[in-house]
Amino acid sequence: MAAPSATAFKNARLLDPASGLDETGDLIMRDGLITAFGPKLPKNAAAGCKDVIDCSGLCLAPGLVDMRVQLRDPGEEHKETIASASEAAAAGGVTAMVCLPNTNPVIDDVAVIEFVARRAREVRGVKVFAYGALTRDLGGTELTEMGLLAQTGALAFTDGIHTVANALVMRRALSYASTFGLLIIQHPEEPSLSKGGDMNEGEVATRLGLAGIPDCAEVMMIERDLRLVELTGGRYHAAHVSTADGIEAIRGAKSRGLSVTCDTAPPYFALNEMEVGDYRTFAKLSPPLRSEEDRKAVVAGLADGTIDAIASDHAPHDQDSKRVPFTQAEAGGVGLETLLPVSLELHHNGHMPLLDILARLTCGPADILGLPLGRLEVGAPADLVVFDLDRPWTVDPDVFRSKSKNSPFDERPVQGRAVRTFVGGRTLFSLADGG
Amino acid sequence: MSENSGPSNITFPHRHLLGIEGLSPDEITLLLDLSETYVEQNRKADKKKTALRGRTLINLFFETSTRTRTSFELAGKRLGGDVINMSVAASSIKKGETLLDTAITLNAMHPDVLVVRHPDSGAVKLLAEKVNCSVINGGDGSHEHPTQALLDALTIRRRLGRLSQLTVAICGDVLHSRVARSNIHLLNIMGAQVRVVAPPTLLPAQIERLGVEVFHDMRDGLRGCDIVMMLRLQTERMKGSFVPSIREYFHFFGLDYDKLTVAKPDALIMHPGPMNRGVEIDSELADDVGRSVIREQVEIGVAVRMACLETLASKRTAAEAY
Repeated sequence: MAAPSATAFKNARLLDPASGLDETGDLIMRDGLITAFGPKLPKNAAAGCKDVIDCSGLCLAPGLVDMRVQLRDPGEEHKETIASASEAAAAGGVTAMVCLPNTNPVIDDVAVIEFVARRAREVRGVKVFAYGALTRDLGGTELTEMGLLAQTGALAFTDGIHTVANALVMRRALSYASTFGLLIIQHPEEPSLSKGGDMNEGEVATRLGLAGIPDCAEVMMIERDLRLVELTGGRYHAAHVSTADGIEAIRGAKSRGLSVTCDTAPPYFALNEMEVGDYRTFAKLSPPLRSEEDRKAVVAGLADGTIDAIASDHAPHDQDSKRVPFTQAEAGGVGLETLLPVSLELHHNGHMPLLDILARLTCGPADILGLPLGRLEVGAPADLVVFDLDRPWTVDPDVFRSKSKNSPFDERPVQGRAVRTFVGGRTLFSLADGG
Repeated sequence: MSENSGPSNITFPHRHLLGIEGLSPDEITLLLDLSETYVEQNRKADKKKTALRGRTLINLFFETSTRTRTSFELAGKRLGGDVINMSVAASSIKKGETLLDTAITLNAMHPDVLVVRHPDSGAVKLLAEKVNCSVINGGDGSHEHPTQALLDALTIRRRLGRLSQLTVAICGDVLHSRVARSNIHLLNIMGAQVRVVAPPTLLPAQIERLGVEVFHDMRDGLRGCDIVMMLRLQTERMKGSFVPSIREYFHFFGLDYDKLTVAKPDALIMHPGPMNRGVEIDSELADDVGRSVIREQVEIGVAVRMACLETLASKRTAAEAY
């Protein structure tokens, strides 16, 4: 599909969190780039535009940058592929996503990074980036060739869904990565406390007879890592923070001026441990859904900027991984198609200004990763989402583009939806096409 | 309903018996009253009844069990049913057959009642959602073991005449115990005061929210109580992981005559079995017929399972007639 030469978006609510723009206006895109936008474009700005899209009543914002996605490709293509994840992303307004290294083979080698990049080019969907494994085969002991992997395109280094448990390995990783200014991303959970755990420790777990994971498992690992950040001067990012204490530790580190950031995912500000209900495996996540107090602390952390980004934490699983007893079920939920609407709940519920929410979804993660994405800029690639802020709908995983249907938001009534998604000026999703 | 249904007008509204949590006092009383009639029946020479004639009961055990399986088998046979025991050892699971595959296989055999034991909490409920017959939870992970709680309740009621206002101390490995959870629910529903006594390593988080008083000292916990329920501590948990040693555990948390002196003079001792003599209970005390009702629990277990089987099977008859 050839990129349309020129398109004009008229009468849109232009939202650019990076610059604070929130005004009704137009945006012109030519040859895949943003060429002009603003509330008062000259009359002739749209001259020569073949397509004119009337965006009255709709929002136009930078496409979402999702910094935490499990792709399953290569290795588990029956759960998800780069192609299916890309379609799901576009349907959710996501124009760039970063995959964890827990593919098979693991992304701990230059060849695998190149493989993912090639597949992504073939798919020609949303932008796909990858993290490199921090340790070989995610084994937690030997460092990968971080410098070479970074040159090939690895955006940052992480052991994905595994904690880097060994303090010495983490020390050396932070220290070595600082040579190249590379970012280390941690799944912050003390593994000796979380091992064998099914859900958050507390009354619900006790009633259900499920093994609990104490909430302090998170803050213990974060606090250990923060000491190592102080020791090494490395750059550190805590993924999917879920507890009040964990967020408070990050807040303190930021105020001390450490180079520390963190993200969370929609389940942790929209759901709590009660979702497990009667052994609902779709509510089995890692870290586990926490208490209501923790959920409120995540909302507060997003609102005050302690939490820099919201990621989908997309974790596709097939039925065989979820339709089993709770203890045996895999942890994680799909999230690409619910990232935007569930995040917009923060606006509809009055917890955060709309621009702040969008910042956590666009320029926030882009800045952490050093990507020139997630903002409206003249001359930048037209990675855009047009969304209806108020449109009510009900989450129905059966119509998800994702190959896997394991959504913790199954049947949730939500408000707000991507209507069209563009990457480099090309339409990758249009709600009218069947949504 | 059969002639054994008793004077109550209450009916049992549930298709399955998956747990005690959620049952009403009337429903529990209904099951206990019906069980009571079978206790007497089982002591006669002719024990055979016909409530399950033509019906198939499958005992599906994913975890080894002698006592519970035998108890259900005997209960099914005494009611005239055809009883089949299926032990789904780890082998089947290793072959890749899932719980839901098993459900499909079972549906094709048209059982009327399934008794299921599974090492994972919630697994019996998952299976119950996928089969066409009634399901009795024979123990799922650390979640519930409802027939054990019912038989414990009937044992207490027969000895002391009531459940309400009694003080019951549940001692030992509450963390891993489905028996403890079912008993806590049942005793609370029926108006008893429930205590748990154990070191904190053997208590689940926020157990007090289930309506129990928590003690870490046996003498404090047993003081003035009517019933002492001991729980089994599994061997792999007593060697340094949850408690330092058998010797230390028995010293502080094992039930013996000395610790028992603070309980009521006629306090009864119960144990769901199988016992670890010299670990959680003194051997001589376990055999003391004046204090221990452990053997009686086993006898009453058969009667309670007959009542549960009949109650669920009769619902099926009603459904078909409808």
